[in-house]
Amino acid sequence: MDRKVVVPGDLLSEDAKRSGEGTYVKNGSVYSLLYGLANFRDKINVIPLAGKYVPVPGDNVIGVVKDITFSNWIVDINSPYDGLLHISEFPKRIESEEMSKHLHIGSSIMTRVTDVDPTMKVELTLNDKKLGLIKAGQVIEISHTRVPRLIGKGGSMISMLKKEVNCNIFVGQNGRIWIHGGTEDMDLALKTITLIDREAHTNGLTDRIVDFLKTEKGARS
Amino acid sequence: MDETDISFFKDGLRLDGRKADQLRPVKIEVGVLARADGSCYIEMGGNKVIAAVYGPREVHPRHLQEATRAIVRYRYNMASFSVEDRKRPGPDRRSQELSKVSREALEPVILTSFFPRSVIDVFVEVLQADAGTRTAGINAAAVALADAGIPMKSMISSCAAGKVADTIILDPMKEEDNFGQADLPIAMTPNGDITLLQMDGGLTPDEFQRAVEMAMKGARDIYELQRDALVKKYSQMVEQPGREEVHVCD
Repeated sequence: MDRKVVVPGDLLSEDAKRSGEGTYVKNGSVYSLLYGLANFRDKINVIPLAGKYVPVPGDNVIGVVKDITFSNWIVDINSPYDGLLHISEFPKRIESEEMSKHLHIGSSIMTRVTDVDPTMKVELTLNDKKLGLIKAGQVIEISHTRVPRLIGKGGSMISMLKKEVNCNIFVGQNGRIWIHGGTEDMDLALKTITLIDREAHTNGLTDRIVDFLKTEKGARS
Repeated sequence: MDETDISFFKDGLRLDGRKADQLRPVKIEVGVLARADGSCYIEMGGNKVIAAVYGPREVHPRHLQEATRAIVRYRYNMASFSVEDRKRPGPDRRSQELSKVSREALEPVILTSFFPRSVIDVFVEVLQADAGTRTAGINAAAVALADAGIPMKSMISSCAAGKVADTIILDPMKEEDNFGQADLPIAMTPNGDITLLQMDGGLTPDEFQRAVEMAMKGARDIYELQRDALVKKYSQMVEQPGREEVHVCD
């Protein structure tokens, strides 16, 4: 794969049709919008090295309740924009007065973005059996720009990781990751995710992670 | 002119040994502040400037918020120890003007429409001043914005030209700025769109033309240095990863 470090304004291609994420077209040519890594495939995408998470409908995220209003929980989703979880999006019917009994300020939740309007009002839901309050385990935070690498192509990295470390893992697109399992397993998962975060922009990462897990496990037994 | 000529040039070279169209040495470091989303430290001759970018983030106070785009706030500040006579700390007329023009120099390339209802804060602190702090500040801020992952149409580079002893010179230093006849800072994109142009002093139309061209050439050279600094930061990240840590939350 052809990859290159680019800065904003770099000319990437003369073919406007190849414009992908992180690029823009001017006078029929494609330029970079970001400082990051350009991937030259059919489309040219620029993957940023940093930046804030901007919610997109369908994203799974991990949030922390920071306020409760009459019918909404206001949730910090590690983004410039707060998430709104409406009372009707809670899995069971509850009364407005009892909202803080179910999710109080400081509660961590696994949730999904259902809608983002042009003024960046972000609506969340808990209506899925994968989603809900976090009662056990650990939440760690990495840069959201590394999340695609942690998931891997078609989920290859994350499914391998789940199997190898024997942990439940929920990856939030906002860079927050929940791990749940035995103490030692969680430590290993944490170590591995740290490694992926650090070496996110190197080639052949999955193979290296497999080797890493093998040696770590070998050292344990 | 009179004797002052002699003091500006010696054997065709300037007081610090530069040619008329030569920049002062430039050093750029990216990502120097761990708490900021993006940061940059720059030295341009005797100028030492640090820039920090925060955001996009929530706007406080709320009434400044724009429903359709991000606002950009730029604060240029001189440290009290940055000049020989202590500078009275805090914003003054000069720094307010520089903050405004610098913000307007950068705003045209930032895609503010990507982040409605948010703010991008840019802080520029001058640690040591030696003429041309606004240009150094803009250069540092542009690199810091890129480092923060903020989408921009292009980089911005800034450079000044001046006139001393009836000669057009590039990148005036303190003495040339204080006792010279004109100072003309510009900021531009690498393809030559000018986003800032100021002039202090007097130039004939012909001199003005030449000064602008000289400053643009200087800005292009600075663009290459900004680019190199960003590319270098990436290769360092690959070679010795691990500066960024993972936080364990409760």
